[in-house]
Amino acid sequence: MNFDFTEEQTLLDNMVTSFVRDNYDWDTRCNIVKSEEGWKEENWKQFAELGLLGVPFEEQYGGLGGKPTDLMIVMEQFGKGLVVEPYLPSVILAGGLISKLGTETQKNEIIPEIISGHRRYVFAYAEPQSRFDLFDIKTSATQKNENYIINGFKSVVFGASSATHLIIAARTSDDQRSKSGITLFLVDVKSDGITLQNYPTIDEYRASEVVIENLNVSSENILGTVNDAYDTIEEVVDISTIAACSEAVGILQVLKDSTTEYCKNRKQFGQPISKNQVIQHRLVDMMIEYEQAKSILYMAITADHSNSEERQKATSAAKARIGKAIKSLGESSIQLHGGMGVVDEYNVSHYFKRATMIGVLFGNVDYHMKRYTDLTQSNIDTFDKDSSISLS
Amino acid sequence: MDTAFSTEDKKFQEEVRDFIKSSYPQELRDSINSKRKLGQELSRDDLTAWHKILGKHNGWSAPSWPKQYGGAELTPTQKYIFEQECAKAECQYIMPFGINMVGPVIYTFGNEKQKEQHLPGILNGETFWCQGYSEPGSGSDLASLKTSAVKEGDHYIVNGQKTWTTMAQYADWIFCLVRTNPDAEKPQQGISFLLIDMKTPGITVRPIKLMDGSHEVNETWFDNVKVPVENLIGQENMGWTYAKFLLAHERSGIAGVARSKKAIERIKQIASSEMSYGEPLIQDPAFKAKIAAAELELSALEFTELRTLAKDSAGKGPGPESSLLKIKGTDIQQSVTELAMEAVGYYANPHLGTTLSNEYVGPEYATNLSGTYFNFRKASIYGGSNEIQRNIIAKMVLGL
Repeated sequence: MNFDFTEEQTLLDNMVTSFVRDNYDWDTRCNIVKSEEGWKEENWKQFAELGLLGVPFEEQYGGLGGKPTDLMIVMEQFGKGLVVEPYLPSVILAGGLISKLGTETQKNEIIPEIISGHRRYVFAYAEPQSRFDLFDIKTSATQKNENYIINGFKSVVFGASSATHLIIAARTSDDQRSKSGITLFLVDVKSDGITLQNYPTIDEYRASEVVIENLNVSSENILGTVNDAYDTIEEVVDISTIAACSEAVGILQVLKDSTTEYCKNRKQFGQPISKNQVIQHRLVDMMIEYEQAKSILYMAITADHSNSEERQKATSAAKARIGKAIKSLGESSIQLHGGMGVVDEYNVSHYFKRATMIGVLFGNVDYHMKRYTDLTQSNIDTFDKDSSISLS
Repeated sequence: MDTAFSTEDKKFQEEVRDFIKSSYPQELRDSINSKRKLGQELSRDDLTAWHKILGKHNGWSAPSWPKQYGGAELTPTQKYIFEQECAKAECQYIMPFGINMVGPVIYTFGNEKQKEQHLPGILNGETFWCQGYSEPGSGSDLASLKTSAVKEGDHYIVNGQKTWTTMAQYADWIFCLVRTNPDAEKPQQGISFLLIDMKTPGITVRPIKLMDGSHEVNETWFDNVKVPVENLIGQENMGWTYAKFLLAHERSGIAGVARSKKAIERIKQIASSEMSYGEPLIQDPAFKAKIAAAELELSALEFTELRTLAKDSAGKGPGPESSLLKIKGTDIQQSVTELAMEAVGYYANPHLGTTLSNEYVGPEYATNLSGTYFNFRKASIYGGSNEIQRNIIAKMVLGL
């Protein structure tokens, strides 16, 4: 049992840390998010040079064969710097689908292009009615000779405006809320039939509404088997959820540390406000929330991901618990910064906004609590009357 | 990062499991179960029988102690496994006063004679210890304690009152913080650490009944009690240092993760047997959510404890992080005892085991769950209240 990084992981950690330190100071970030594109292609090129875009991919396609711990390392550091480049939606989420479902031909063609930074895929899954149910899909794909015609609408697709390609989840059979009958399609974002409405998000990332009208896709561009994508979508979204949790833990660390520092420096009534016990205990509670969030992230990272039930349980436990930490630690950070907490100019509000939106990403606290209880509280034996309860 | 057990650790887990299976006495289990169900006090034998058995097996009664003092000197992972297995099998827990508290103080700060005299009895469970720290006027502000020890020849004369002395009614010895220098500049500087034989004339123990009716704690009075000077640990007026060392040890096992896990498992069984809205209570979304919340907190705490253990095995002793384990561990114990009481609905009411009623009513599993809930309000108060623990973290970890 150990919680140490390997030598390679320490190198990765150092590399991402220095990238953030050297390329992502606060002013630079402010300029990036205010720009027309909302991200910096130069940074993406650097990710490619540093090998970051290859972290999760298998070595045979030019990747680094990274483990969950490696993704945690990258995302935690990105969280600390509030890095807005679409690494999670394109490399981890869309990249994960391609790794799991692509044919040899598709993988040989696409993955090297992702790793070199020339292509960015993002996954269009959510719809206005679906909320967090990954299977609730109205967008339809109808077969016509060798092709499929897709019609529908996708909501809040992160990173679509900077993407070269989309992976669209569409219904090829069964009812709107059925887990079977879902098929994935790889399409060029510039295809006729795709219209993006791009917008900034409250936490200064970019997302798009995607209107799909009579989009014609060759069956060669189906990713995986027809009607059968759901289980893989769930698996890859779980892995991406853990990555999002890692980003959140990085953010929570910044919020905790910067709030503690702020309280040591802010003077009122002739002394630092951190001399007041009411402030001290709130800071301690923030520290405890942070440690608990980090611990449950480690639980999820080290869980047995090859067992789908274990993976689902661990993912939902972590997302639900970290979601609670985001709210309590985040709100305390704002409160303890006083007026400085609510202004746009000071960075604490930006960390809080990003963490809060991660709270929604891939399902909020209630969604994951329900998923967790559904997995853990069915099939319980009734009481064995021969033994007594011991609580001490 | 790797939380899988090594082959040796798995072997150790098997060994512990097998040993519990073959050596935990059924009569002890029956005796404790029947008393618990009737809300009766456990006897000294109930509390020490398992300790005595472990004491004869590889020093397992003292998992953390160095081998040279007869302990098992387990690795942090093995300690974790040992605790897990004991909790899973619902073994009676080992009283902490000798093994976790005064034992480490004696082998760290005591002289050879003290080690020879006291360590074997602590290890084998023959000597029952209690703790003389708190006083009526000195709770969280422990250093303000007034019990005095005045040197006269080769004895200290001890006068004063200790309180919350857990299980003093069974104790052979008490370890006490006493004031040897009332004129010291700081209150912490005038305190000494004394070992006192409970049979010494002048000691009176009076029970304090807790709100569940249980008798766990006592007042202990000292009236001109003569204590030989060789019972002083370390140096005179250095007792505060030893006391702080002891408190860090006390907190390290206090998270109680394994036992809370077992308790949640039981609550789920109870909630599957109890009915609500015409269905098993376990189906009630509100109740379900509360169980899940406790499980998530516990799962996080388990990894917080593992992370602390991993740091420990890197050579660092228990530090102020143990305050975090105490706060969260007791929070969870309190949520769990509350959930258990809540699960049985009306059958939280009967108070059995009093002179007024000695017969069962309701389901057996419901007996004394409310008593346990009320009793466990103590957890966030003892061992340094959770507010004091926050003060410790504020100072030692956050540097406020």
